Amino acid sequence: MHELSVAMGIVRIAEKETAKARAKSVELIELEIGTLAGIEFESLDFVWPAAVKNTVLEHAKRHIHKIRAKGQCVDCDTIFEMEHLYDACPKCQSNFKGILQGKELRVKALEVV
Amino acid sequence: MCGTCGCGSEEGGVRILKPSEHQHGHEHNDYHHHDHDHHHHHDHKDGHIHSHAHSHGHDHEHHHSHTHQHSGDPHKRKVLEVEQDILQANEVMAAKVRGFFDAKDILALNLVSSPGSGKTALLERTLRDLKEEIPFYVIEGDQQTLNDANRIAALEVPVIQINTGKGCHLESDMVYEAVKKLKMKDHAVLMIENVGNLVCPSMFDLGEDKRIVIISTTEGVDKPIKYPDMFHTADVCIINKIDLLPYLDVDLGEIKRFALQVNPNLSFFEVSATTGEGMDAWYAWLKETLKARKEEVSLNP
Repeated sequence: MHELSVAMGIVRIAEKETAKARAKSVELIELEIGTLAGIEFESLDFVWPAAVKNTVLEHAKRHIHKIRAKGQCVDCDTIFEMEHLYDACPKCQSNFKGILQGKELRVKALEVV
Repeated sequence: MCGTCGCGSEEGGVRILKPSEHQHGHEHNDYHHHDHDHHHHHDHKDGHIHSHAHSHGHDHEHHHSHTHQHSGDPHKRKVLEVEQDILQANEVMAAKVRGFFDAKDILALNLVSSPGSGKTALLERTLRDLKEEIPFYVIEGDQQTLNDANRIAALEVPVIQINTGKGCHLESDMVYEAVKKLKMKDHAVLMIENVGNLVCPSMFDLGEDKRIVIISTTEGVDKPIKYPDMFHTADVCIINKIDLLPYLDVDLGEIKRFALQVNPNLSFFEVSATTGEGMDAWYAWLKETLKARKEEVSLNP
């Protein structure tokens, strides 16, 4: 359940940024999470209430931008949507690819009061 | 909390122990990881983030938050554009640990696998066979007990046990604390045996040079695509328990094919930590990697 560590990381960032802005609490947090970032969205939902309790995020709304993974074949340059890390290039079947997007795990913005 | 003396970590907290220390020892510097004292945590982390953030190639991230106020908003609501990597604290600490290893010319290996694949057995065999040639240090990660550290200590190799409590993986700040206790000499190999878990450890850089994933022949050939993250981030795949092959309906080629599908850059070793079969190739790789690292260090002093 590394999602707990991830949630704690989110809390850490939110606490720090909120303090820096001299705000009291967060109303909305926007996250960017790629589909290959290794996060089980349901697990994140599950640990969230425990992680944010008594923090600036306790009453915050959470908005997750899911970023669908894309890879580019090293052999033939085809860009393709990836569902799994082991997806081969649909054109030439090569396993060598670069991941263009989908590994994001980021706090994008906070709306604070 | 320790029931005997009232000290130590709360339930689920991280403990960093030497085998010689009584498990409930009165060491009050046990490292709390998932404690709920956020402010305390912060002050500590903040310093690292700011002092390192721009020197480790994270220049695609912005650490300054840009604020703008919505005019006419009666509640003075502000939007902070944070744009920060959530695992950044771990990565910054990993970079710090890596710098320490570089300075001391220490080859650090992160051993990951599911529980029971034979990580500790492989480690014991490797240490027993090579410890006269190469100075080794070991960090053992488990949720509970000093059992693995005791096995390593029996070989007279310096070892620190990290008990993660409820935690399912090691993080770089735990390694940092453990490394401080190890007091390593230069030009050595540090083996970090992660918590047995094929999922969570994949996301956490510990400052290692190479990540070694171990799979045993009894685990089923499609493990690499069932748990792709771990195989994707590894450099080397050791297939252990090949002595059991006569009793199993397992095709090693198939394991490798699945693993290469996830990560075409993996190199493989087929070994039996019990009989010693195949271990020489793994030792040769270890020595070569150590040598290559030394040459790199001497080229870039």
